[in-house]
Amino acid sequence: MRRTLFESLTHRSVTEAPPAPDDAALAELAAKVQHAARRQLGRSLAIRHVDAGSCNGCELEIHALNNAFYDLERFGLRFVASPRHADVLLVTGPVTCNMREALERTYRATPDPKWVVAVGACAADGGIFAGSYAVVGGVNAVVPVDLHIRGCPPTPLQLLQGLIALLEP
Amino acid sequence: MPALNDIIPQGERIDRHRPWPCSIVTPAAWRHVAGEIAAGRATLLGLWGDAATAPMVHMAIFEDSTGDVAVVSLECPDQTFPSVGAVHPPAIRLERAIRSLYGFEPVGAPDSRPWLDLGFWDVRHPLGARIAEPAAHAAYQFLPVEGENLHQIPVGPVHAGIIEPGHFRFTAGGETVARLEERLGYVHKGIESLMAGAPVEQATRLAARTSGDSTVAYGIAFAHAVEAALNVEAPPRAQYLRALMAELERLANHFGDIGAICNDASFALMHAHCGILRELMLRAADGSFGHRLMMDRVVPGGVAADLSADGTTRIRETLQHVRRRFPRLVELYDNTASMQDRTAATGILHPDLARQFGASGYIGRASGRNVDARKTPGYAPYDQLAFTVPVLTAGDVNARVWIRIREVEQSIALIEQILDRLPDGAITTALDGGIAAGEGLDLAKGLGLAEGLGLAEGFRGDVLAWVRLDGLRVARCHLRDPSWFQWPLLEAAVEGNIVADFPLCNKSFNCSYSGHDL
Repeated sequence: MRRTLFESLTHRSVTEAPPAPDDAALAELAAKVQHAARRQLGRSLAIRHVDAGSCNGCELEIHALNNAFYDLERFGLRFVASPRHADVLLVTGPVTCNMREALERTYRATPDPKWVVAVGACAADGGIFAGSYAVVGGVNAVVPVDLHIRGCPPTPLQLLQGLIALLEP
Repeated sequence: MPALNDIIPQGERIDRHRPWPCSIVTPAAWRHVAGEIAAGRATLLGLWGDAATAPMVHMAIFEDSTGDVAVVSLECPDQTFPSVGAVHPPAIRLERAIRSLYGFEPVGAPDSRPWLDLGFWDVRHPLGARIAEPAAHAAYQFLPVEGENLHQIPVGPVHAGIIEPGHFRFTAGGETVARLEERLGYVHKGIESLMAGAPVEQATRLAARTSGDSTVAYGIAFAHAVEAALNVEAPPRAQYLRALMAELERLANHFGDIGAICNDASFALMHAHCGILRELMLRAADGSFGHRLMMDRVVPGGVAADLSADGTTRIRETLQHVRRRFPRLVELYDNTASMQDRTAATGILHPDLARQFGASGYIGRASGRNVDARKTPGYAPYDQLAFTVPVLTAGDVNARVWIRIREVEQSIALIEQILDRLPDGAITTALDGGIAAGEGLDLAKGLGLAEGLGLAEGFRGDVLAWVRLDGLRVARCHLRDPSWFQWPLLEAAVEGNIVADFPLCNKSFNCSYSGHDL
């Protein structure tokens, strides 16, 4: 273990330079989020992830945000275990009928002011699963969405661009 | 071991079912096959309903030593069938799902509670008679646990991490788990109903999104089923590229799992280093096939994307890096006593249970099962490649980590062989070249029904796909994730462990929610 630890002192960090915020995300946020709410939350956000019916593809890429290359926490963004600690709900998947109530309750458990970020093609409008007897639709059909990050699944870089937009003053 | 022919009584053979035989049997013969499975003379591969043409249930069985596969079908005009779960517990959840989705009654079934249907749909029996009313919303009865000073811990469906939703009900005496019962179905999206009537192209995209971490494996299993039904074969280059993608997927997932298991014992250093290796694999996949998870790259008839010009170099460079870094991490895992203290002798799955449930993947192989769909029944190009299937018998979290470590080594060797021998040539073949050409039919107009069964070894275990085609449309498709036979085993493995070790046990299983819930 010692060798591995010492090596990490001498090796260059693999963490990459942050991307610029996504313009479309900035525009969507400007239209929806009040300036006051942003000021109140400052430049540090606690994120709670909710899988409302995803295939697990989006989860894999959200996980990647925590690896050494993307290192999400350097931006003041971190994942928390309870919606009661969260400023942001990061929701993936089409919302299934079976997850609708759980999503609503998670939303209600999150203190105001809060933002909802819908991640992935399915979260936008149900995607490929729209129209099924078991699917309600996109996240917007159940809780109000402030920001969409599209992709199937969105890459960690796309996720980062969207989330950094949340921090722009 | 007897041959499957001896197990299955004579029935009416279905002509257009490939590559393995399928026969329609009588209820007595169905019961006989169930008894043979229960006696351990064959393994249950899948059990599913079907109402596309007439009410039916199908059962796929497998003979471990010969690799024989067969499907038996039972017509159930009165919507009942003899329960397999009555004599063979691994079938219980499959039958509960058939009952909820189709409304067919497994006669004699030991558990009549709904499965997947949590009472939130506008329709009952959505794949069967479709009764337009929600199921009665009665409180779900968890199995009783009796004893002094027991308490219950409900967990989920929304969990504390970045993971899929499901409900776990723990009953514990102090720190020790007396019983864990799972309740799943939260991410049920109705994939099989969306597939019914869909063009093959659309169904391929749905199959690729059944379980995102196994998108390549699902793509291959579905492609195998469609190609079998139409009697066509993907060109050699496509077969090699599929295997290349499958092994890249396996490596990425195994690195992720090894790190995550260690992270659940608070060994963040391993997690960080394994996370780097996983990311490198995904970047190599992106650079070679244009998508980090390689979604929609496998299609019936071949592959949708050829290896990029610098793909071979990128993959070789990544593997070279992994070869340098990974042994050090293995050593780190193996020499950290506090880590071993958490994984050794934790969450033991007894080999007898693994055999009974036909557990595949690292779960089965860590508990003594020498199974791998790449070997038996086997499929191209693995018959031309050299690799071994690691098997251990301890059945604990540590063994499941070691199976993954050994599989990483095998996958690296496989990729090197694949890159060395990658054949030139086409990457797709036309779907109308098989039975359509043979019988002079126009696929676009439909050609009557053709059925196919496909298997593929994903990182988690064997993925089964069964499809009935009408021309280039899917009449009915069933996808069976390996997790169906692994989730119940997690309940058994956790029993007697402390609650704090559940995350380790769970991560070492890493069952799929979405693949199971469909």
